[in-house]
Amino acid sequence: MDWVTIVSGVLVIGGAMLTVVGAYGTLRLPDLYTRLHAASVTDTLATFMILAGLAVPSLFAGEWLITVKLVFILIFLWFTSPIASYSVGHAAFFAAQKPKLDHDLTDGEGDAA
Amino acid sequence: MVRALGLLFFLAVTWLLLSGIYDNNLLFWLGAASCLLCVFIARRMDVIDHEGTPLELGWRIIVYWPWLFVEIVKANIDVIGHLLRPTLNISPTLIRSKTLQRTDLGRVIYANSITLTPGTLSLDIDDEKGILVHALSRAGAEGVLTDDMNRRCAALESDRLHARAQKDRTP
Amino acid sequence: MIFAIGALGLLVAMLLALSRALLGPTLLDRVMAVNMFVTTPLLLLAVLGYLGGRPEFLDLALVYALMNFIGIIAVLKYFRYRDLGQSRARS
Repeated sequence: MDWVTIVSGVLVIGGAMLTVVGAYGTLRLPDLYTRLHAASVTDTLATFMILAGLAVPSLFAGEWLITVKLVFILIFLWFTSPIASYSVGHAAFFAAQKPKLDHDLTDGEGDAA
Repeated sequence: MVRALGLLFFLAVTWLLLSGIYDNNLLFWLGAASCLLCVFIARRMDVIDHEGTPLELGWRIIVYWPWLFVEIVKANIDVIGHLLRPTLNISPTLIRSKTLQRTDLGRVIYANSITLTPGTLSLDIDDEKGILVHALSRAGAEGVLTDDMNRRCAALESDRLHARAQKDRTP
Repeated sequence: MIFAIGALGLLVAMLLALSRALLGPTLLDRVMAVNMFVTTPLLLLAVLGYLGGRPEFLDLALVYALMNFIGIIAVLKYFRYRDLGQSRARS
């Protein structure tokens, strides 16, 4: 086992575990808005770890065009995933689906919606 | 015109990197033709402006991304800790964060940065009232209220971008 | 070997995400679950490319990312306006 295999193994398996954690979070958390937080774990760090784990052996083998493709996928996902999350949250909030709140630091917008 | 050339350059670099074929003349010229067609359509659709190709952001955005990346990693560790705890210890909080940015582009960057960090989610953007943020825990909401990210996003907007946005708004 | 374990983990995550899509009490819960569900096959495609030694799968993953985004936005637009063609100004 050389260090390239170890680093990429840790990143890929760690990322896969984080996707499982994110998906488990969507099953566990109580309402739509909190579930979106769990889903964004899958979209950000888990994606980054898996793609970085794939990029390490390619970069080491000198296949930089493949690495560039991985970077493109990452950039594209990180640009679009907040827009998708925002659209879901916005649609839910204005479809009068109230979030379950512990603290409402606005002037009662959580109930008015 | 500078913007159109910038878009053309960006498209050409993207095409060259994604195709990876440099020894085939036909494919090369077809790629060049499709880049030119894209720029032509973008010009006709009138989407080549300070929002479509934000060249004014320049080096500032390059400095901002690593900072945002560190924030995303920190927030991820926090949320994963919440998810794996045996008893659920969340306290969902709703806040309004007043935006300090002067242009729509800055506000969108700020709102997307909030959503991209797990644990905070922007639900609505309003010019006067600010951004409606749903946070997984009270601590996360107070992190948004310190306005650190807000100030950094406001610092992204150079005076040139602001002037450009003013000019594009008044027809 | 490591890629096989990673692919297995992603398959488990897909199963969990799908069960949320089936359980989800409201329509938007299902949309959210599908939005998360499509990120995992994207990663699975990339990992499978390495597993089989065929990096061309990355192009598929890239196209998949593009289509996923447009699909979610289209569904949400339909959910909000009950029409895909209408612009915001007229509704």
